[in-house]
Amino acid sequence: MAKKTIIPFGPQHPVLPEPIHLDLVIEDETVVEAIPSIGFIHRGLEKLVETRDYSQMVYVIERICGICSFGHGWGACSAIEGAMNVKVPERAEYLRTILHELSRLHSHLLWLGLLADAFGFESLFNHCWRVRETILDILEKTTGGRVIFSICQVGGMRKDIDDETLKEIVVTLNGIKKDIKSLTDVFIEDKSVKNRMCGVGVLTKADAEELGAVGPVARGSGVPQDIRMTNGHGVYDKLDFEPVIEEAGDCYARCKVRIGEVFQSIELIEKAVAQIPEGPVSVKVTGNVEGEFITRLEQPRGEAYYYAKGAGTKFLQRMRVRTPTNQNIPALVKTLQGCDLADVPMLVLTIDPCISCTER
Amino acid sequence: MERVTNEQNFKVINTSQLLTEAKNFKAEGYRLGQACATVVGDTIEIIYSFDKAHVLKNLKLVISDGEEVESITGDFWSAFIYENEMHDLFGIQFNHSALDYQGKFFKVAEPTPWKPKK
Amino acid sequence: MSYIAKSPWVIHYDGSSCNGCDIEVLACLTPMYDVERFGIINTGNPKHADVFLLTGAVNEQNKDVIRQIYEQMPEPKVVVAVGICACSGGVFKDCYNILGGSDTVVPVDVYVPGCAARPEAIIDGVVKGLGVLQEKRDKMVKGAKETGEGGNE
Repeated sequence: MAKKTIIPFGPQHPVLPEPIHLDLVIEDETVVEAIPSIGFIHRGLEKLVETRDYSQMVYVIERICGICSFGHGWGACSAIEGAMNVKVPERAEYLRTILHELSRLHSHLLWLGLLADAFGFESLFNHCWRVRETILDILEKTTGGRVIFSICQVGGMRKDIDDETLKEIVVTLNGIKKDIKSLTDVFIEDKSVKNRMCGVGVLTKADAEELGAVGPVARGSGVPQDIRMTNGHGVYDKLDFEPVIEEAGDCYARCKVRIGEVFQSIELIEKAVAQIPEGPVSVKVTGNVEGEFITRLEQPRGEAYYYAKGAGTKFLQRMRVRTPTNQNIPALVKTLQGCDLADVPMLVLTIDPCISCTER
Repeated sequence: MERVTNEQNFKVINTSQLLTEAKNFKAEGYRLGQACATVVGDTIEIIYSFDKAHVLKNLKLVISDGEEVESITGDFWSAFIYENEMHDLFGIQFNHSALDYQGKFFKVAEPTPWKPKK
Repeated sequence: MSYIAKSPWVIHYDGSSCNGCDIEVLACLTPMYDVERFGIINTGNPKHADVFLLTGAVNEQNKDVIRQIYEQMPEPKVVVAVGICACSGGVFKDCYNILGGSDTVVPVDVYVPGCAARPEAIIDGVVKGLGVLQEKRDKMVKGAKETGEGGNE
């Protein structure tokens, strides 16, 4: 039997934009065990509830992560709105859904770029990020920010987006569809790209359910799990939403799910813009949070939990966020067992880890 | 596919009921969604969320400061993430864990920053 | 101007940032902003780097890493703090695990504010840093001439 060696992976690693640390126990070239440790970017921001009131807390929660920032702001708002029993105007719900799907577009394109970078396809990485800039331009035009928006507030939206602009967004998105297609075709059809992903890091459906995997990781293994299928999360119930599902459970399947979701997001935005009603975008919120509320929403990386609890003062007692990467780490640890050392970066990347989300 | 509406579903339990409840959820095919702790005065509330086909159910376990809790990693292995987090940030001791980091999961400047100050 | 001010190499370290500034630093390298046309290259090796880009606040865990990267960089070198968290700790200043801005561990030459800092602002900050780099270099060359050791100008 070969001798066991422990190889530390991270916290600084060329494929990782962020620090995560794994101790990989290796036999020859095969990983037999992976032990994660986190805490490199732990800030402790949830504890700021003691010094920030609930409406300021929304801005803090939004800054958990600069990629999923819109969803975090929305999640924090809807947990607080739920606890306070505030009904958000319908137009605001539509706008939130549209902006959330735009965030998913930018996040998935960013991820596709990073994936291309991880298998050494530098020009594909650059092209993905070039297309992503179009989405960032839309976000900047509508919210004022490229990555941090602060447009959600308790009770609705800080500002409206006029119908003219919404129609322009649809035209722009349809315009870049062809461009995106030419890029995603490379991921799906290029032989060398498929070589790196097909059959690598298989997570079976049973394991995905057992370990509670979420988001594209679960859907890539054939688990029909998507919070957009529930009522009470935006207006997805009015948009005929069906999740994108792949059965194989390997890196290629996870990649295909995300590619499918890129086009699905464009469709969802188009439908939402066609249906959006007139009306106010926010209601006035008075009083303080009393009671507790737990809510979920589907981030680009999967299901996220938001829990708010207040005791009638302007400061909350607890604002807890459970992010998708948190839940996908057990699945990652499981799939790493038995894989080749050279495939570790690919596996880590295909769960789309967001470490600043995980550690908060 | 049928759409479910999530209701707020909290069931208050004590430490002796935890493992039985967890086993029931496991047998019914639920998965662990999350677990988190909240400091309420002198006590700590631990919330375990379980999900099955988008139906969310929560268990609320109220413990006094210093009380030890049985680990549910036997039934839900992925709970190690949340249990180690609560151990490092709140100072809650989990017994019989399948993967115990012995306080080395989160590296913090001051130990157990959330623990109620005496 | 000497060669380093024309094509400086940059090393980027993510402190306890929210990713916002990090992806904007990356965006600087991609076709829209494309800093490579100025000869700026992102390197992973501190010994190759002239400019140290820091994002995010400093915490207990990464203060030694930051100090180590800084010490490994050859003289002259410039530190650019990108984003309000790297400048002062920003919104996370009061968090229990945060020590403060990057100047709590290394001397900072240029502060780039913003949450998140825009790519234009980051490029501007780096260009400003190059002026400081040239000054530092001139001082070094002058110092070497006075002591008779001879710089490699």
